[in-house]
Amino acid sequence: MTVIVSQLFTGVSIGAVLLLIALGLSLTFGQMGVINMAHGEFIMAGAYTVFVLQKVITDAGWSLLVALPVAFAVAGLMGVLLEYLLIRRLYARPLDTLLVTWGVSLILQQLARDIFGAPNVQTRAPDSLTGNIKITDDLVLSNNRLFILTLALLAVLALTLTLRYTSLGRRMRAVVQNRDLAAVSGIPTGRVDRLTFFIGSGLAGVAGVALTLLGPIGPTMGTNVIIDAFLVVVAGGIGHLKGSVIVAFALGTLQSLVEYSTTVSVAKVGVFVAIVAFLQWRPQGLFTLRTRSLA
Amino acid sequence: MLDFRGRWKAALLPLAAVVALSACGSKTGENESSTGAVADTSGDTVKVGLLNSLSGTMAISEVTVRDSIRLAVDEINAAGGVLGKKIEPISEDGASDWPTFAEKAEKLIREDKVAAVFGCWTSASRKAVKPVFEENKALLFYPVQYEGLEQSPYIFYTGATTNQQIVPGLDYLKAQGKTSVYLVGSDYVFPRTANKIIKAYAQANGMTVLGEDYAPLGSTEFGTIVNKVKASKASAVFNTLNGDSNVAFFKEYKSAGLTAASMPVVSVSIAEEEVKSIGTQYLDGQLTAWNYYQTTPGAANEKFVKAYKAKYGQDKPTSDPMEAAYVSVYLWKAMVEKAQSFDVAAVRSASDGVTFEAPEGLVTIDGATQHIYKTARIGKVGSDGLITEVWNSGQPVKPDPYLKGYPWATGLS
Amino acid sequence: MKTGMRLSWRAGLGFAVGAAVLFAVAPVALSDFRLSLLAKYLCLAMVAVGIGLAWGRGGLLTLGQGVFFGLGGYAMAMHMKLADAGPGEMPDFMQLYGQLDALPWWWRPFANPAFALPATVLLPMLVAFLLGSLVFRRRVRGAYFAILSQALAAAMAILLIGQQGTTGGTNGLTDFQGFFGYDLDDPVNQRMVYFIVAGVLLLLLALCRQLMQSRYGELLVAVRDSEERVRFLGYDPANVKLVAYVTAAGMAGLAGALFVPAVGIINPALIGIVPSIEFVIGVAVGGRASLLGPVLGAVAVAWARTTLSEEFPAAWTYLQGLLFVLVVAFLPGGLASVARLVRRRRRPPPDPAPVSPAPVLTQEVTA
Repeated sequence: MTVIVSQLFTGVSIGAVLLLIALGLSLTFGQMGVINMAHGEFIMAGAYTVFVLQKVITDAGWSLLVALPVAFAVAGLMGVLLEYLLIRRLYARPLDTLLVTWGVSLILQQLARDIFGAPNVQTRAPDSLTGNIKITDDLVLSNNRLFILTLALLAVLALTLTLRYTSLGRRMRAVVQNRDLAAVSGIPTGRVDRLTFFIGSGLAGVAGVALTLLGPIGPTMGTNVIIDAFLVVVAGGIGHLKGSVIVAFALGTLQSLVEYSTTVSVAKVGVFVAIVAFLQWRPQGLFTLRTRSLA
Repeated sequence: MLDFRGRWKAALLPLAAVVALSACGSKTGENESSTGAVADTSGDTVKVGLLNSLSGTMAISEVTVRDSIRLAVDEINAAGGVLGKKIEPISEDGASDWPTFAEKAEKLIREDKVAAVFGCWTSASRKAVKPVFEENKALLFYPVQYEGLEQSPYIFYTGATTNQQIVPGLDYLKAQGKTSVYLVGSDYVFPRTANKIIKAYAQANGMTVLGEDYAPLGSTEFGTIVNKVKASKASAVFNTLNGDSNVAFFKEYKSAGLTAASMPVVSVSIAEEEVKSIGTQYLDGQLTAWNYYQTTPGAANEKFVKAYKAKYGQDKPTSDPMEAAYVSVYLWKAMVEKAQSFDVAAVRSASDGVTFEAPEGLVTIDGATQHIYKTARIGKVGSDGLITEVWNSGQPVKPDPYLKGYPWATGLS
Repeated sequence: MKTGMRLSWRAGLGFAVGAAVLFAVAPVALSDFRLSLLAKYLCLAMVAVGIGLAWGRGGLLTLGQGVFFGLGGYAMAMHMKLADAGPGEMPDFMQLYGQLDALPWWWRPFANPAFALPATVLLPMLVAFLLGSLVFRRRVRGAYFAILSQALAAAMAILLIGQQGTTGGTNGLTDFQGFFGYDLDDPVNQRMVYFIVAGVLLLLLALCRQLMQSRYGELLVAVRDSEERVRFLGYDPANVKLVAYVTAAGMAGLAGALFVPAVGIINPALIGIVPSIEFVIGVAVGGRASLLGPVLGAVAVAWARTTLSEEFPAAWTYLQGLLFVLVVAFLPGGLASVARLVRRRRRPPPDPAPVSPAPVLTQEVTA
């Protein structure tokens, strides 16, 4: 019993990490119709932000808190730059965007190597986040995982509120649903695109801050985690946050339960098979956007 | 459609040419008169090859090895070279890609005609270049601890084999009264072979192996594995994880409430460089098994550490594979001088008993296995990021790549 | 532009020039070592021919060609390993790591060349057929298809690595002695492998040209440009795509099979996400929709990698990234379109300039 509960907790927390990574990705995916392959490198930028900030702010707890908004801004600005320089020229060619952003991710990784060096760097976590909450001797909930879960849920909440109740949110949804119609209705689609990219990429930065608590901080950290997030977004469907939320937690739990009874590789392959089977059932993802466009 | 016929015939022509040409190659098993590639030592310099990943995932580790090989080469050149010739190093990038390693090895041997090659890190890269060295009858010096069960006539192994690292690590755990272990490793050859040996050892020595888990290389999600480790209540963990995975594993380990005091982890792939990138916050008090630490006492090591830091920076630590790489160049020099020749066959037959006063202490080449006698050392990670020795084997351990001297290991190879 | 006579005359000439370069010039001009490198590049070029067909002509961005390359490669490598070991024996690595008493059942048929050789092509085609018929029929396309094919590559690599005892794990399969009885250490036989590789590449090019010029080729381009329109015309786009996907898979499998004797190794690192996407860059650089573009692009990129990474490893990564960005974003027709752009500038176009970027890709085959 304890095992199942602790595995469920692990599953949910894996889901939370996936969600945090996939949230921004899902936003930009909905808007440009293709996956931003450089999203992983925006995560990396967020993590390096913590590293740099800790050179200035020595207290581990404060530096982490300050890093959240700063990483959001850093990664967000990188996203805007990417959108402005490249992606906005490519909205008619979504598959090419995928390759272009892959090239950008290669360049960003090498830049990180040249700036920070190839080896992983270390950041300090505050003591309050390296401990855990003991429920029984065998069942402990680690604080860093709880922190990430809270962060992910807050991000979902903030994003939902923005999309539903602000005028920016309404415009963003309009562009996703029908770009041409939005444009003729007087929505400045260019500006909305840039803002969407700012928020989506910024969320990647936040995810990067969270990942410093769990894993290595190095030039390739983004590529290690990004493929699973791609699958979450693809299976979740375009333009619906709740699709990504449900799929992220489902995949996390599936992975942790399968992994417990078998091995990591079986779990990874199992997740892939599950996704292919799932897309047979719902080819456009869990939730599809109803529009009148033909393509 | 009709006009394609002519071209189809044209396409067949080259194939016919192929069949005609193929008639003259030699068949397998036929007696070859191949003498292999001959090193070019006619000038007043002698070329050696440096084969390391300078790009890709393995660059982190392999660049440091390349640097210490360069240090040894510079020192030897400053002291007059080998047999009166200056060493001219030619560096090639293996790019963390095994076919590239094979390709560059071939280039170094055939195009550059080097006298010896130093490098490779992963077992996969060594396995990829092994046929190239054997086919060309050229020499490779391999400086990293590895899984044993190999003995190529054209490779000198200057890192530890299993009985100089893993077996002493287990002996130490046993002496500390640890009766059960959990095995965690990356999914590749070294951890899988190491764990096979550990299981055989455990069976013969009254230890129990409570579980065994492998994570794909580069994997950074260890929630489930750490849960399993915790639930097993083992008295120690034997860790053969590699690279990035170690960072994620130790972060998870600490936040699950496991410590060096409650369940110590013995790692065989964490050296000073890795400690720096994981963070002492997570590693304090954990154990490692190697043959050399930056803190190893002795004049030879003081000189090595000083020279390395002077050349590459005061904040750069020295580690076991770097030391083994540094030693390999000096051993090659000693062998060449004993043979009075750069010829591969002469160097090989002169190898037995060649010694060098290395930073890790005296090392001796065992001519039969082409491995070297090394002192085993267990170390503890301190809060300053350095590893200090808590136990050593007292004298250099004879290399035994196939573990023939261990009754419990029969049937492993 | 269907001036059949002129085109086929030019094609025949191109074919002859290609054959002359590969069979007469290269073996004389290059050392044994460089020639074996060229053999490796030509294997990569075969994969590129398939990608050119599926992606350039069919719009299927497949980021998982490594899977098919690997299937073909492993099938060939398994046969060569068994042939080295001799009848009834187990390959060396299995004795080391496997702890098996007998050869696993799925290895056994590969001892027979009559099974192994066709399997190098048919196995990848079968996998592509199964996956493709599932995926295309449910109208999974665009980015969804790209990501799925990429995940397939990741899953395949993880699977191979996890089964060390029977697949060699990360080491892959290496250390081959002979190739159908011929000693691979002998430079003469290495040359023979090169000639086979070059011959097969020419055959694949001829086949690809045949496909592109046929009615099917036109249908494929039509599916790429507007799937719905083709469906309204009464064709099933799923089948059209499936043929291109399966053909590309077969080409990748053949390339993998020849890569093994040419390079002497096959391992999971050649199959995963990164090599799979690197196959694509050569195709993009050369010109995805042309016949020769992918081949020349793949060879050029592989050659640049070898040469540049020797001198400046970091610069190569930047260059590779820049190639993706600049070529794909600003020169979607690849280098093949440069010649056309120059020609168009010199001679005023007979019809007004194209309105959308799509026609840039819809080029006539020029080789």
